[in-house]
Amino acid sequence: MNKFICWAKLPLLCLVLALPASWAQTLPVEQAVLTSPPLVPPPVTRDHPARVIVKMEAVEQVMEMTDGVEYMYWTFGGSVPGQFIRVRENDVVEFHFSNHPSSRMPHNIDLHAVTGPGGGATSSFTAPGHTSIFQFQVLNPGLYIYHCATAPVGMHIANGMYGLILVEPEEGLPEVDREYYVVQGDFYTQGEFGELGLQPFDMEKAINEDADYVVFNGSVGSMVGDNALAANVGETVRLYVGNGGPNLVSSFHVIGEIFDKVYIEGGTSINENVQTTLVPAGGSAIVEFKMDVPGTFIMVDHSIFRAFNKGALGMIKADGPEQPVIYSGKQADTVYLPEGSAIQEIIVEAESVVANNLEEQVQFGQRVYEVNCAACHQADGQGLRGAFPPLAGSDYLNADHDRAIKVILKGLSGPITVNGQEYNGVMPAMRLSDNDIANVLTYLLNSWSNDGGAVSPEQVAALREGH
Amino acid sequence: MFHRCGTAVFAFTVLFGSGNTSFARMAEIPAGEFRPLYLVEGSPLVAVEAFSLDRVPVTNQDYLAFVLQHPEWQKDQVPAVFADSRYLQHWNKNAASDSWEPERAVLDFPVVNVSWFAANRYCRVLNKKLPSIAQWEYVARASEISPEGWREPGYQQRILNWYAHHGRPEKNPVGRSPANYWGIHDLHGMVWEWTVDFNSALVSGESRADSSIDKKLYCAAGSVNSVDPSDYAAFMRYAFRSSLSARYAMSNLGFRCAVSGGN
Repeated sequence: MNKFICWAKLPLLCLVLALPASWAQTLPVEQAVLTSPPLVPPPVTRDHPARVIVKMEAVEQVMEMTDGVEYMYWTFGGSVPGQFIRVRENDVVEFHFSNHPSSRMPHNIDLHAVTGPGGGATSSFTAPGHTSIFQFQVLNPGLYIYHCATAPVGMHIANGMYGLILVEPEEGLPEVDREYYVVQGDFYTQGEFGELGLQPFDMEKAINEDADYVVFNGSVGSMVGDNALAANVGETVRLYVGNGGPNLVSSFHVIGEIFDKVYIEGGTSINENVQTTLVPAGGSAIVEFKMDVPGTFIMVDHSIFRAFNKGALGMIKADGPEQPVIYSGKQADTVYLPEGSAIQEIIVEAESVVANNLEEQVQFGQRVYEVNCAACHQADGQGLRGAFPPLAGSDYLNADHDRAIKVILKGLSGPITVNGQEYNGVMPAMRLSDNDIANVLTYLLNSWSNDGGAVSPEQVAALREGH
Repeated sequence: MFHRCGTAVFAFTVLFGSGNTSFARMAEIPAGEFRPLYLVEGSPLVAVEAFSLDRVPVTNQDYLAFVLQHPEWQKDQVPAVFADSRYLQHWNKNAASDSWEPERAVLDFPVVNVSWFAANRYCRVLNKKLPSIAQWEYVARASEISPEGWREPGYQQRILNWYAHHGRPEKNPVGRSPANYWGIHDLHGMVWEWTVDFNSALVSGESRADSSIDKKLYCAAGSVNSVDPSDYAAFMRYAFRSSLSARYAMSNLGFRCAVSGGN
């Protein structure tokens, strides 16, 4: 009977019949606070269950995947991942699921926190311009993915329809100083990574699991530069990490941090002192770490080409005083003489080939670039938005050759503006010979729409001596 | 008075200019057979008898002619059980004639915001029917050059690109896209279209059978058994139809009519 009425598209009636004046009706009612990434709603402070009303809307809209690249995302609440839901063990959730009238597709929601067939999917199946209401009780504490499960499921997920619901245990989670919401997802576009314009979903690449983009929170650079996650030295940070997939499993890692605690797969087991934690597609993990030292900490999928070539990279910036006992920075740079070696001095210059003309400089410089620079600045010199500035058509590079030499010699940190975009990262000093630096800069100046010119080894030597 | 005159001429054109002579606007589709999405490989093919199908979706102009002759289907007359509150929501009150009409600029756009009841009635009045899912899908498998266009590389992707489109393709005149092999326009990439049996994928009257259909509609696992697992575009059409109820009116859902047995 209930089933028939549900099909008759009268979800309210269906709901009422299913719940004759039950325990759930006696619970205090509250409206859920929903947040868009990277923010997390405040902790649940109740010591009793409640009837929590969640109102969420499916919206199909074009947003930016990276600079100049647009994508028609399908979303829960207008962001990827969708809004974060936070409830308490044994709460009863009354879910109002709306599908925006402008949508082309019907949508639904399968919450992994639901005990019941389909996880809510059949009850929430909603045509554009309609609202479905259904109810469930969250019996198991943990951090759960939710996602759209309308056919074709893979495509709905690939377009960004996933998010996290946290079911806090009755006793709550230990208090921390900062909480953030980070979800990885893989995207499949007709154009290759970085190809400009509105990029449609590519079904064949999705089936072949050949991702063009692997990103945190829906786009390249969602948490870099000004959008980096903030913390202070001495604070404990908790990340609610999810993986929407649709295909790839994440090796979640924060460069320069060790997770003090990991709630494995978002469940109850806690592992300690973890470097990298696996986050399955359609799964989660809660990680916690104390910020012991200041600096920028990079979140990556340690399947590392995804981080440096497909976008799976975010930043946490910790402010505060240096802690030299924990991390000293570079203290010395001395010549290394292996035992038994008769060589008394390293003649660096002898090791690199000397170029005789501009053409050779460019040719040799390209080799230096590919080995030392391309991993970050990319093979085509385009850099990565928000993280690594472009060297192609770069106003910063062309404006001042001496400055460019110094950047390679001594490294660079702090804010700079390149082609109108601010970057605030760290480039380490490169251990390169005068020849190699001269060649690589000459290569750069004569590549990718830069202004041309040449840098000589003597110029480099003068600046190396100068300081 | 001048305005009234203008409206009358407008109405005359609408009444006799297009809608009723639609057989000329139909294409004959010969009998054939095909294997629908949800039948597994090796299952029997479904036979489709010869029929005729409108070359283009029903336009606002066509639908205005219908409403003028059948005012019970006017926006402010239709009973709520036959159409929800979005019915003809894009039509405005014409102050001169005191009647609801589409703007002239959209007359040759496909009519949208019509319920199944309304679309069904429209076709019946013209001695036609809404096409069945089988008829619609059979014709929609053709490309411009082949009745088996779905086998051509890139065919699915072209349809899928509609979903990534951020314009409003339903706000365009019908019949401008290239006709397919059968001479039918706009099956893909313009509007969703009602079929007479749109909800048959869910309603079988046997709950265990229904749950297995559910599995196919809601779970990726279902696609393993379908004829062509990569036919995402067809999955989307079946899913879309399953989400509908007969009184729904939606801004990207229109229709066209068919006549059984050819012409």
